[in-house]
Amino acid sequence: MAETAAKGLDPVAILKEAGLAAFVALMLAVPLAGLETVSAPGGLTINTRWDWVAIAVGSVFVGRLLLILWREQGRRRSGPRLDLDIGENLRTAMPVLAAAGIAFAVVLPFLPFADRRVLDIGILVMTYIMLGWGLNIVVGLAGLLDLGYVAFYAVGAYSYALLAIHFDLSFWVCLPLAGALAALFGYLLGFPVLRLRGDYLAIVTLGFGEIIRIILINWYDLTRGPDGISGIPRPTFFGLDFARSPPPDGHTFHTFFGLDFSPLHRIIFLYYLILVLALITNAFTLRIRRLPVGRAWEALREDEIACRSLGINPRNTKLTAFTLGAMFAGFAGSFFATRQGFISPESFTFIESAIIVAIVVLGGMGSQIGVVVATLVLIAGPELIRELQEFRMLAFGGLMVMIMIWRPRGLLAFRDPTVRLHPAPRRRLGFGRRKPAGSGAP
Amino acid sequence: MNPRSEPLGSPPLLQVEHLTMRFGGLVAIGDVSFEAANHKITAIIGPNGAGKTTVFNCLTGFYKPSEGRLTLNHPRKGPFLLERMEGFTIPQKADVARTFQNVRLFPAMSVLENLIIAQHNVLMRASGYTLWGLLGLKRFRQAEAEAVDLCRYWLDRVGLLPRADDDAGNLAYGDQRRLEIARAMCIRPVLLCLDEPAAGLNPRESAELNQLLLSIRDEHEIGILLIEHDMSVVMGISDYIVVLDYGRKIAEGVPAAIRNDPTVIKAYLGEAEEDELPEEVAADLARDRAAQAQV
Repeated sequence: MAETAAKGLDPVAILKEAGLAAFVALMLAVPLAGLETVSAPGGLTINTRWDWVAIAVGSVFVGRLLLILWREQGRRRSGPRLDLDIGENLRTAMPVLAAAGIAFAVVLPFLPFADRRVLDIGILVMTYIMLGWGLNIVVGLAGLLDLGYVAFYAVGAYSYALLAIHFDLSFWVCLPLAGALAALFGYLLGFPVLRLRGDYLAIVTLGFGEIIRIILINWYDLTRGPDGISGIPRPTFFGLDFARSPPPDGHTFHTFFGLDFSPLHRIIFLYYLILVLALITNAFTLRIRRLPVGRAWEALREDEIACRSLGINPRNTKLTAFTLGAMFAGFAGSFFATRQGFISPESFTFIESAIIVAIVVLGGMGSQIGVVVATLVLIAGPELIRELQEFRMLAFGGLMVMIMIWRPRGLLAFRDPTVRLHPAPRRRLGFGRRKPAGSGAP
Repeated sequence: MNPRSEPLGSPPLLQVEHLTMRFGGLVAIGDVSFEAANHKITAIIGPNGAGKTTVFNCLTGFYKPSEGRLTLNHPRKGPFLLERMEGFTIPQKADVARTFQNVRLFPAMSVLENLIIAQHNVLMRASGYTLWGLLGLKRFRQAEAEAVDLCRYWLDRVGLLPRADDDAGNLAYGDQRRLEIARAMCIRPVLLCLDEPAAGLNPRESAELNQLLLSIRDEHEIGILLIEHDMSVVMGISDYIVVLDYGRKIAEGVPAAIRNDPTVIKAYLGEAEEDELPEEVAADLARDRAAQAQV
């Protein structure tokens, strides 16, 4: 450490910096951790927890010290940066990683630890992965920052719920219809925002998301407003219900296959359903990325003026991105409705849009595997650390900040060209050109 | 070299008639008329702010001209009135390509992808507007292979073949400029508008650029319109020169005539007498004239 000081970093400055950080921590910790409201007879009383404050301030002080020293150490070390290596290695390991991930997702329900809670988290995670992959078309590929994505999710959910209840259509009929309706809404939203870019686009899409939610709340005759819609039909396994007792003249899933009834059957079925839907989304995105329209999306993200000078129609290109992105949100929405059995506008607030955008941005714009990793971090992480109670969101925020410091362009921010003239370098893992579905993430 | 002469009486490739562009009260271009012929390099020169890039923006649909007529006589598809066409349809239908003064590539995409995107409309049709492409039909794969072949040809021409899979943003500046020209050529244009292609190039690169442009002119069914400040490029390769100053055309003619045109010299150097000129400029002028006298 004396060396560090000799390098022109004097201990007083270090202490000053760490002290400042500790002071900021103190200001934050006193109201956040130091005071606790307790229900007492005759109203709320405030309980103080100075020991917690001391722990927070102390750990920030020590942490800051370590950070400074680590930073100095890193500055003196020459050679390639750490994160570059991570990127290159991940690129070569990508097919293996993707295959392993899919294999794990497929066998998950049969692993010994897969209880109801794990599967529920699994379904939740897969839903967000699907939404992330859908939004990746709009934000990651076409570069259109859409903060109202949850509106299409809501359209899909309500389409399924209303169609299934009023017209008695099955899930498999409603799924494409819900996708089509959401796509229509995407198309309609696309028109007014064609000329907008960046922040302006974000504001308008945000407003659109809120408009949909407010319509859902207020159009009571159709949507039953804030009461929500309950009794949404559950999906069937090719016509077989997952109920405990079979109807008098038929079978349910467990009697047909001669299994003992278990409420897990439906959960496992839902899990596979969303897994398949998500993988279809992924396969579609990976494929369309290699088609002219996908390349045009990316080109539009890079430079719209250059696109126009090459005869690319920016209007149609943007509209297809909006429409297709919305379609996948519609699929995910109808899955959500059938899984929950109950939907209300509460499920489609702005925070959902924000989380989906965060997944895409955190994963690295346009990166398919990045979306998976980011979803695991953002959705599964907070679920798994529920024990931290009120500090869950604090830990979550800290995690986000750390990721953005270390990998500001997203966790897995690199793209492979969609077409190559020369063979890709460094395929030393020996997987050749064989590509499992879901690999080759941009 | 295979100079193909136009049949007698056929209209020139591009006719600009009474082009006027006003921004509010500011007249950026006032009543400019000129022509550009097929298989010729026509240069537009003029001091800074003369309205050269504005002419390009009108031609390629980025601006709607306030007045005037812009006719492109496409050798195969017949005449197009460019001033009536929506921006992106000019490269799409009338096959007019352009480059930009400050290079506009797709930096995060590979060099090859940059060129493939230029063939968007061809590939879009081949992919049945995405449908056949999604199904992976042979028709689309074949069209894509052909598109890659065209890219390979142009990459070879501009010497970027070994770097085809690198990100365009990682190329050196001169390479980016040449890539932009290759990209413009990939839309198979009949008129190529180059906005200062030699800006920022070193003398060797700029000599290579001259060779490239001359060979494009001679080997392809194309007319080239060129904005340039680098006089070695302009005088070296252009067949015809149009001079703009303050949005007006002040002269036009073959390079030899423009070089000695007093109005042009005045526009570039101001009203000053020759002996009041800065020493090197005066020397330059004298040398030019001596060279001219020898010819």
